[in-house]
Parts: sequence; structure tokens; C-alpha cells
Amino acid sequence: MIPHAKDVKAQAARRLVERRLAENWGTDDQARLDTWLSESPANLIAYVRLEAAWSRTDRLVVLRDPAADGEKPARASRTLILQIAAVIGVVAVLGVSAANALLHRNERVFSTPVGGHETVAFSDGSKIELNTNTSLRAEMTSTSRTIWLDRGEAYFQVKHDAAHPFTVMAGNQRITDLGTKFLVRRDAAKLEVSLVDGSVRMGAEGRKQAVLTRGDVAVATANSLSVRKAPMQAISNRMSWRRGQLVFKHTTLAEAAAEFNRYNQMKLVIADDATGQLKIYGTFRVQDAALFARVAQDVLGLRLETDPGEIVISR
Amino acid sequence: MVEATDTGREDACLLHAGGSVIASEICEWFVREVLPLEAALTQYLQHNWRNRGDIEDLLQDVYIRVFEAAQKQIPDRPHAFVFTIARNLLIDRVRREQIIPIEAVSDLDALNIAADAPGPERSAMARDELRRLQAALDYLPPRCRQAVVLRQVEGLSRKEIAGRMGIGEETVKEYLAEGVVALADILYGETRRRP
Repeated sequence: MIPHAKDVKAQAARRLVERRLAENWGTDDQARLDTWLSESPANLIAYVRLEAAWSRTDRLVVLRDPAADGEKPARASRTLILQIAAVIGVVAVLGVSAANALLHRNERVFSTPVGGHETVAFSDGSKIELNTNTSLRAEMTSTSRTIWLDRGEAYFQVKHDAAHPFTVMAGNQRITDLGTKFLVRRDAAKLEVSLVDGSVRMGAEGRKQAVLTRGDVAVATANSLSVRKAPMQAISNRMSWRRGQLVFKHTTLAEAAAEFNRYNQMKLVIADDATGQLKIYGTFRVQDAALFARVAQDVLGLRLETDPGEIVISR
Repeated sequence: MVEATDTGREDACLLHAGGSVIASEICEWFVREVLPLEAALTQYLQHNWRNRGDIEDLLQDVYIRVFEAAQKQIPDRPHAFVFTIARNLLIDRVRREQIIPIEAVSDLDALNIAADAPGPERSAMARDELRRLQAALDYLPPRCRQAVVLRQVEGLSRKEIAGRMGIGEETVKEYLAEGVVALADILYGETRRRP
């Protein structure tokens, strides 16, 4: 028997407020919250719903009167925060992720659904372009600009400002801007950073740092970091999603299918490894997975089987 | 085949599903597609259920069914999906409780469920977000509103809010909890009071 909605809401609200007000939120606190959330879908839903409403009120910070902050030295940069918040208010069309929004008050969450593509412009002139199924958090303070890439892929165009270092955190890797444009893609196994312009410093906390310059592609896994030079054309192809395209050059069918699957709910499934190793060339719109499958069928003589939610490609 | 995605350690939904990434997608989908339907859904339930006191619980049941159904597959047409579930729930209740005849559940075709595309209404909503939030604040009880403003606008800590309002820190929590429940109802539900 599910408790009354009113009681569930009241409980969820109390837990949400505790989480949001906590100065030190420990693993024990999180574990208690997780236990409660997992007790019933009603709990989870009530929490997610309240979290979403509360996150929306984060935008109210733009109403703050900067003069009210008094003579604090941070005053000028408070104004910067306000401007950033105002910009964020304007791009309110972005989906706000409830799941990742268990936030510090100055953090803002930006996310895109599968197939989504959004650009966030900050008042300092920096821009972040989010690719499909991506979630990141931004915290702009008087001394720093920090982005946590929690999932997915984003293209950063950073206005360099030595007084406000721009840092991207992704897992245990830290990427610090030295004036630059770069692409960061995070998936379960690895983190890939491609330098389009300028330079960044990158490395895991407490480990040796690498400085990347134009044309460098760094791949970090749990315990390794490797850097190689790539032709600018190859880097440009990696960013074809900014035009809504996927560019394949000597790409295996398996890799191409995985790319399409990042952008579409309808999934391409390759039936066997041998089929997956076939090579293809071509440029497609990110949403044209079905067209891609038909082209593969025609060009490579493959078989297609269309099921609800997926197309199986086999020989 | 599908790439697994890392969704961050604080992800409530992820933990709930014991590590399944799908659940986190459902949370995001739920906030993005389902919550904006709450006002219309509430209205639908009110039209088709005699006892007003049951609406909040019915809504909770609809959400649970939506959540569970979405775990199999996230639907392409959330509006139709959610209202079909609501209708089926009402029919189940009617059969079980034998209070009102089945015909009382109005035909879904009568509702405009074709409009699943994000229309002008939605983008207008996004533009007016700040105005809506301000208006929502106005509906809160005064002390609640003060606590929410000190927290979300001024960015004060619990201790600072307690000092400013001359109340205990536990009471601050109570005000904020009451505030967030009311805000969610105003922002998502209750069409009458909708700013």
C-alpha cells in the first residue's frame, strides 16, 4: 500500500532541504537518502519532482541586488555571476536534469537529451556547445570558472582570463584552459580531448600533467594518458556534429552504428563481429540512422531486420 | 552496442535502479516531458473523479505507472502515453470501487492528445520562466517565501537565514520544505492558481 501523496511529498521535501542545506554532505548522508529513494518509486518520483521545481528557483539568483552585498572585495565578480545567471535564465529552454541537480547553490546544470544539441553562452564570452545526451555543471565564482562534464561530449570556446582560470573536470581528469578551443568527449571507458586551438594543461589529480597544443588528441583511461598529433581534418571531422552531421572515413560499421546510437532512440544493432568490421565512408545527418542502414544494405549487400526500437544489420 | 554512459555519483535515479543507466534517462525524461503535463493531467483527473480529495493520490499512482512503464521503453509520444495510463488507472479504480460508471471516464479522443510536438506554448513558457517563478513565489505563505528568497535569491546559509528571521535552524528547514512542496504544486500542477 502506497502512503498518501501528501506524506510522501512532505518526506521528500524534508530530505531535499537537508541535502541542499548541508554544509558537509557525507557518504553516510547520501546512503540514507539513497535507501529512502529506493524504498518506493513514489519516493523517487516525489523527490525528482521537487528537485526539478527547486532547481528552477535557482534562476531566481538573478533577482539579487548586487549593492546588497556591501563592500566585499568579491563584489565585482558577484556582478559577473549575476550576468552569467542572467544568460542562463535566457537559455532556460535547455533541459534541466533533475537527476544530477543535487547541487551547490552556485552550480548550474545543463543537459541535452539523446539527439539534443545546445549552445550555452556565458557573459565572460566563453561558449559551450553540448552534443547529444550530455550533462554538465557550471560553477562560476569570484576566483574560478569550473565545469564538470558528467557525461557526453562538449565543445569549449574559452575566453582566457588568468584571474579566473577555466577548468573542466571529467572523472579524475582535470583540464585547465590556457586560452583555447577544445573538444571533450567522455564515455564509460575513456576521456578524449582534442585541441582545436590554443593549449590546455591536462592530467589526473596528483599525477604528471601534459600540455596539449593545437592538433593534439589526448586519451585518458582510468590509469593511462596518451597524447598524439592528429591531422586538423580529422579533428574537424570529429566536430561534424556541430553541423548535425556524422563523417565516416574508413570507419568500421560497428563504430558508425555506435555513433548513430548516441544520437537516436532507435538503435542500430550489428548482428556479428565480421559484419561490424566492414569499412564504410560517407557523411550523414545524425538522425539518419535508418538511411544509413539502407545505404549499408545497398552498398555492402547486407540484410536489415526492422524491429520496434532497433534495426538489426547482418550479412 | 549502445555505449554505456557514466552519469555521476550523486544521481538519485541511477542508484535506485541498481546501476542501470536507463533509470537516469527516465528521470530526465520525466522532468522534461511528464511534469509539464501535470496541470492538464490534474484537470483530467478532476473532470473524471468525483472525490477531489483523491486527486493528489491518483496523480501519484499515475506517475508510478508512467515511471514503471517507461522503464521498458521511453515512449515517443509522452502526452498520449501519460493520458492513456491515467485513463486506464481511472477505469481500474472504477471497476474496483464501483463508484461511478465507466462511461464517466471521458474519451481520450476528446482530449487534444495529438499535440506532442513542443509547440509555441512551451517556448513561451521558457521565455517567461522568471516571471512565472516570481509569481509562484507570491503564492507562498509570507514566512515561507521569506525563507525561500533568503536561500535562493540571497544565497544565505541555514544559520544566516535563522539569524535573519529570528527563528531556529530546524524551523528554517520546515519553512523551506513547505515552500518547495508549494512551489512544485504551483509550477507544475493546480491550474487555477497557475501564474
